[in-house]
Amino acid sequence: MDLNSIYTQLIMEHNKSDHNKRALCNPDVCERGHNPTCGDDITLELKLNGDIIEDASFEGVGCAISQASTSMMIDLIRGKTLDEALEMVERFLGMIKKEVTDEEELEKLGDSIVLQNISNMPARVKCAVLSWHTLKEAVS
Amino acid sequence: MPSFNPENLKKDFPILNQNINGKPLIYLDNGATTQKPSQVIEAIKKYNETSHGNPHRGAHQLSIRATEEYDLAKEKVKSFINAKSREEIIFTRNASESLNLIAYSYGMEFIEEKDEILLAISEHHSNILPWQKLARDKKAILKYMYLDEEGRIPIAEIEEKINSRTKIVSIAQMSNVLGSIHPVEEIVDRAHKMGAIVVVDGAQSTPHMEVDVQDLNADFFVFSGHKMLAPMGIGVLYGKKELLESMPPFLTGGDMIEYVYEQESTFAPLPFKFEAGTQNVEGAVGLGAAIDYLQNVGLDKIEKHEKFLVEYALDKMLGIPYVNIQGPKDLNNRGGIISFTIDDAHPHDISTILDSYGVAVRAGHHCAQPLMRYLKEPATARASFYLYNTKDDIDQFIEGIKNVRKWLGYGS
Repeated sequence: MDLNSIYTQLIMEHNKSDHNKRALCNPDVCERGHNPTCGDDITLELKLNGDIIEDASFEGVGCAISQASTSMMIDLIRGKTLDEALEMVERFLGMIKKEVTDEEELEKLGDSIVLQNISNMPARVKCAVLSWHTLKEAVS
Repeated sequence: MPSFNPENLKKDFPILNQNINGKPLIYLDNGATTQKPSQVIEAIKKYNETSHGNPHRGAHQLSIRATEEYDLAKEKVKSFINAKSREEIIFTRNASESLNLIAYSYGMEFIEEKDEILLAISEHHSNILPWQKLARDKKAILKYMYLDEEGRIPIAEIEEKINSRTKIVSIAQMSNVLGSIHPVEEIVDRAHKMGAIVVVDGAQSTPHMEVDVQDLNADFFVFSGHKMLAPMGIGVLYGKKELLESMPPFLTGGDMIEYVYEQESTFAPLPFKFEAGTQNVEGAVGLGAAIDYLQNVGLDKIEKHEKFLVEYALDKMLGIPYVNIQGPKDLNNRGGIISFTIDDAHPHDISTILDSYGVAVRAGHHCAQPLMRYLKEPATARASFYLYNTKDDIDQFIEGIKNVRKWLGYGS
């Protein structure tokens, strides 16, 4: 295992940045996600305009992987429709399970493509997928 | 007796002789489970190669040998914790099952509405959930003793919380998160004065310090084999004979019976009344061999060695400004467990980064969510030591700690 492939610059930036970590004013959707074994605990908030995700944010605590993954996901889904967002979730989970390997497909995942290597660290996979499962739970 | 040398002891543990991520393995997760010396591995192998049969069930040679091995292991456990008789030793799967047995069997028989069951806020989930169910089912009241800033139970708290309504006090002898050793003697004294029984969870203490159940005068005492060099799946329940005799069976089935008729049955005497079905004989053999090993080294020496390791590690950790210790910062009444956090680093990241230095530590809530809430920490990292850990191990651990923040993009 190479720590450099896990704690990348991009993950560190997202972990430290607060640009997605805030409360929304009157969110339409509010969904809590929790990893009971390690204590990652986030609440995902969505502001909708029709079926478009106008804004999204999260609050909570967790490790660098969970926090960065959540932030990257929010960057990705802001402005997208709910269906597009769900598609992203499937694509991301597919990448982690190594079922989605097509470069073009993966590139659609934006920054979160850097979490590809997490599949080599089974103990940390649940940290990376927490927010994505939470989003799926929230909108499906 | 040879002098204590952890470097030599380490050679008895084949698993410790390997590299993890290119670095020598430093195993500091002994609070979760311990490793096995060749002596334990060989004892189990020998049992399986020469003596395996179903105990108590046959007149043939292998069944007889398996019975002898099983009983011998029980005799070793009896001596190890100084129980009065072998009848007071029940084999279970682990401390969790032992605690469930007490809650279901003793609790359902003797606890009544409005009775109080008292725990410490630092208990492991296994010493909370069975009592929550009992309290719910019997409309009893579950209460907690709270800790001071050093992670210890104040005597005033013991005197206030244990009163004439208290019927059961169940408490870990050593906290699996903080390493604090609780004042069990005082708790037992007070509880007995008030007419309550005391259950002691010895999962963290028994492997690391001398335990004498008659001295402690606890009514029940439980522990797990896998935290003291034995395999997983073998645990112990000690209970005072008169209490065990007054309790109904927990699990029922084969080997725990006297006579079985179509509609009713009578049960076997202690300890078999509580050992339904074919038992984990190879686990018991492994536990017996682990006890031999620990006694050969000397529990007093193990305790002293761990104290040295904690002193050395605490001294270094307290000198690092961004490291925070949860639990006692001095050496009084504490065992070889250090829970800690690092500023700006989540414990899971700490564990992953330390792993890359070959150092195994636990991260998370350590099956003690109420304590974490009380400490206002979502999680901690935990280093826990044992007889095979050395000063060099601690140095490697500290080296890893000093690199954690760097990997997470913080200056130092």
